[in-house]
Amino acid sequence: MRHYEIAFIVDPVLSGDEIKATADLYVTQLKAEGCEIVHLQDGGMRQLAYPINKRSNGAYFFVEVSAPSGDFIKKIEIAFNRDERIMRYLTLSLDKYAVQYNKDRRAGLIGKKKKTDEAPTEAVESAAPAAPAAE
Amino acid sequence: MASREDIKFLSNPKIGMKRKKYCRFRKFGIKYVDYKDTDFLVSFLNEQGKILPRRLSGNSLKYQRKVASAIKRARYMALLPYVTDLLK
Repeated sequence: MRHYEIAFIVDPVLSGDEIKATADLYVTQLKAEGCEIVHLQDGGMRQLAYPINKRSNGAYFFVEVSAPSGDFIKKIEIAFNRDERIMRYLTLSLDKYAVQYNKDRRAGLIGKKKKTDEAPTEAVESAAPAAPAAE
Repeated sequence: MASREDIKFLSNPKIGMKRKKYCRFRKFGIKYVDYKDTDFLVSFLNEQGKILPRRLSGNSLKYQRKVASAIKRARYMALLPYVTDLLK
């Protein structure tokens, strides 16, 4: 299984429900493509660091998925490009350290920068048995 | 009468000594740089939002590349500015 992270910014002009509906649309599309949603993070309304399309803020969504292959990416990126409600999107493939990092972050192990002294030692132990199982 | 031992400490002996730089990613075992963690990435930027060179940050080449790509991703997603003043 390959891991991917898809982030996108939804236009803030839409109402709260419409923003949710837009995000749900893509989540269901990902599921339809055979991806398993590992985690959906609603980043909420945030101030953009610079204006995009004359908008100064946007609604962030971060979706972590695992999929048997990366074929779905082309389809979903075409959908993002066609959709005017999506201001930006970014698709990343995650390596095993990134997957472990996201897992630890959700578990609250990586709260502050200094705390990472402990997290990697656990990460190495738990990553070792997990890696052969994934393959 | 000041003996030889007293004179030695009239000036701080550490002044002028070079502190060895190190790569914090290697030291703390950080394997992944997250582009969403902007508070952390800001520590590798100067006030104009430019990426600090390795000469200043002390990163190893491997992690400098990862930091740079994480910063560029954050910039694309408008989490960090491309150009600014008084970032910190």
